[in-house]
Amino acid sequence: MTDSTPTATPERPAELPAQSPPVDPAATSAAAKSPGHHGAAPATGRLSFWRGDSGEGARRNLGLIGVLVVLVVIGIATRPDLYGNSSWVWDNILTILKLASVVGVVTVGMTFVIIGGGIDLSVGAIVALAGVWATTLATQSYGAGGMIFTALAVGLGVGLVNGLLVSYGKLVPFIATLAMMVAARGLAAEISDKQTQVSGNSVINGIASTSPLGIPLLVYILAAVVIAGWVLLNRTTFGRRTVAVGGNPEAARLAGINVRRHTVLLYALSGLCCGIAAIMLTAQANSAQAAMANLYELDAIAAAIIGGTLLSGGRGTIVGSLLGVIIFSTITNLFAINGLSTEAQNMVKGGIIVAAVLIQQFQFRSFTQFLGRNRLTTT
Amino acid sequence: MSQDDNAAPLVEAPADTVAGEVVLRLTDVVKTFPGVRALGGVQLEVRAGEVHCLLGQNGAGKSTLIKVLAGVHRPDSGEVQWRGQPVEFANPQAAMRAGIATIYQELDLVDDLSVAENAFLGHEPRRGGFVRRGHMARRTREILGRLGHGEIPPGRMVRALPAAGKQIVSMARALSHEARLIIMDEPSAVLAHDEVGNLFRIIRELTAQGIAVIYISHRMEEIREIGDRVTVLKDGRTTAANLPARDTPTSELVAKMTGRNIEYVFPDRPADTGAGAELLQVDGLTRAGEFADVSLRVRAGEIVGIAGLVGSGRSELLETIYGARRADAGAVRMGGRALRPGSVGAAVRAGMGMAPEERKSQALLLGEPIFRNVTLATFGRFARLGFTDAGRERAEAEGVADSLELRPRDVRRPVRTLSGGNQQKVVVGRWLLGGTKLLLLDEPTRGVDVGARAELYQVIRGLAAQGVGVLLVSSEVPEVLGLADRVLVMREGRMVREAPAGELDEDTVLDLVMAGSLMEGAPA
Repeated sequence: MTDSTPTATPERPAELPAQSPPVDPAATSAAAKSPGHHGAAPATGRLSFWRGDSGEGARRNLGLIGVLVVLVVIGIATRPDLYGNSSWVWDNILTILKLASVVGVVTVGMTFVIIGGGIDLSVGAIVALAGVWATTLATQSYGAGGMIFTALAVGLGVGLVNGLLVSYGKLVPFIATLAMMVAARGLAAEISDKQTQVSGNSVINGIASTSPLGIPLLVYILAAVVIAGWVLLNRTTFGRRTVAVGGNPEAARLAGINVRRHTVLLYALSGLCCGIAAIMLTAQANSAQAAMANLYELDAIAAAIIGGTLLSGGRGTIVGSLLGVIIFSTITNLFAINGLSTEAQNMVKGGIIVAAVLIQQFQFRSFTQFLGRNRLTTT
Repeated sequence: MSQDDNAAPLVEAPADTVAGEVVLRLTDVVKTFPGVRALGGVQLEVRAGEVHCLLGQNGAGKSTLIKVLAGVHRPDSGEVQWRGQPVEFANPQAAMRAGIATIYQELDLVDDLSVAENAFLGHEPRRGGFVRRGHMARRTREILGRLGHGEIPPGRMVRALPAAGKQIVSMARALSHEARLIIMDEPSAVLAHDEVGNLFRIIRELTAQGIAVIYISHRMEEIREIGDRVTVLKDGRTTAANLPARDTPTSELVAKMTGRNIEYVFPDRPADTGAGAELLQVDGLTRAGEFADVSLRVRAGEIVGIAGLVGSGRSELLETIYGARRADAGAVRMGGRALRPGSVGAAVRAGMGMAPEERKSQALLLGEPIFRNVTLATFGRFARLGFTDAGRERAEAEGVADSLELRPRDVRRPVRTLSGGNQQKVVVGRWLLGGTKLLLLDEPTRGVDVGARAELYQVIRGLAAQGVGVLLVSSEVPEVLGLADRVLVMREGRMVREAPAGELDEDTVLDLVMAGSLMEGAPA
């Protein structure tokens, strides 16, 4: 009775794809064998490279654009005099983008860390440490190249330490980066002797003041980082590993992904973004000090969350994070042009964070409810 | 009692030893999950003051039945009568309030609260918003005394207690609710031998107070010692009810548990199995407390099945071979080359793939599309200079979906929306891409419906026919016997038998798996 009982064996094609194990590791393309059901299978065109593939994320981003439109409408309603002037409007857009540029670069790195299941509280402190280190008299003596290299290396190095603490030291990300936040600010204060270090390098300072084709260089840098981040997340194995590691670390590990090494790389990436931000911020102020980039970690986390990045990891978009940052700087701008206090501004920002998360939870819940209903009807 | 008469032909004459009134009666209870009929008509009758044993193989529906009684699941149809009234518990709290307490295998205690706080968790005695700590401690001490364990201090942190002590606290919680029915899911599994005697003494004291106990265990000698009546479940149905626990022949119980199963349709075994070269060599593999000195071989094209109960160390063994756990001693070799211990990456590069036991938590990115789950282990091979090739990935995944008859076929749908069987196909299908030589399958058909099961068996046999070696773990003995070419039986971390599948039958394997306990006192 233990023998196989093929009484009702259905005629089932048990053969497997051509590239199946074990003889043919050359992996002849299954595309040739089974031309996909969706026509667009051999997606190698230039356009398809840029096409997003997450409908859900795109819908969320449309919502964020809706919020931006509402903010602009409020601006028009409150200051019709300014919005009547088209050259002012263009200048104001550039002002907002410039305002968003530094935090935006930090947020791209933060988005990767959060999607990967972590959090980086030390980004503001890393920006300060990198800025201070890049503006010591010794570093400045190597010129702009030396300063840029120093800022990037410091950011990358501190990020690596974060990553090693989290993945190999098995510290909770919150604790590891909290400790780094305190320590890096301390080191920055130590190096600068709590003084403001003036940057005498005209190339560095020029980064904030030049505007090729009428658009500030800082905005170009933001755009470059955002595009690089988008490609990295959506089109590379690094991005795929990030989503896998954050979405289900155990599944990623059992699929052969080196979860620890990838975690290190994520924090290093965040640190590198902080190094870039440090140069931008130093250029804007023509100086660096230990207290610079204060609370950037909170701005970056808030922007990522508003942008739809799941705090528990596994889901998020670069475009959403960018929109989150732009929404924040638009609010700041809105209050500035109306001459209102930053206190009221902060209250509104807090409200927006809560509203964004509430809306996401609601969407998620109704989504799962929908699934539940679906399931009942199918069984 | 006359109520027995209307309880279907399954019900045999009640044992005379039990005189209490019927407190719980289940009639034709059905519960389905997506794609799986977990309970397909369960009858159960429990009397006050009796120990009613539930017997059944893994997957027979015991856990689902417990959860229905505990208010975790609601039945789709059928009736649950509690103390004469039809009831439907909206949540676990409602079941607790009604007087049904459940002690799960993995005890649901809060380690960092005290014994008293755990016993009264969720219904602490209060006055004006403050917990009456003194009163709570006094009542806990009193309950612990009733359980014969007055020596456990109510203020002690639960973390500091041994497993047996934690179990006592779980029972104290049940008594704090004034439970009239206590369900115990394999309570002896976590206990040492002498502690089991103490557990039985407590159970006897409880039943002497008129409390009914539903006792679930795989160990036949325990059922004989503590049980009054036995109900047997198989494939979600009651196959025998109210058998006297002490004198029903073991052979009869085993027959009711196993019975021939029309649901299993296994593909034909090819005539020339085991002809391939040796692929996997495991020698003296040991992990303290999990398994010891395990050696085994898997040849190319061969399906090797490991039979064993949950807790026999089989899943841990599989994960250790795969490098997901680090062995304390012993070696794993693929094609003669030793693998770096504790490295999944090394195992995958050597050609291993694994479908782990817990699909959702260990294998899938539920929110991601099907094709990304299929290519989770191989997307790097389809990439160029680190850039992924979504079109190629999707095409490869579609090839897998075609060969596995995945439903729905649209590989862009999130995996979350698939049934259990199709999710499992995605996990297995992952390893069809990119040169996997050895497939490790841990409970490949758990939570998988009948049709998809047969398909999975075809897939596994088809892989073997192409020269892939398969090492399969399952707690369903018929599955191991029907699918594997060679069978290894594992018990308490050791291999106790190895034989070609054709030389073993289900009863023999069950005997070996259950520590030989079915042999004892068996008149047949």
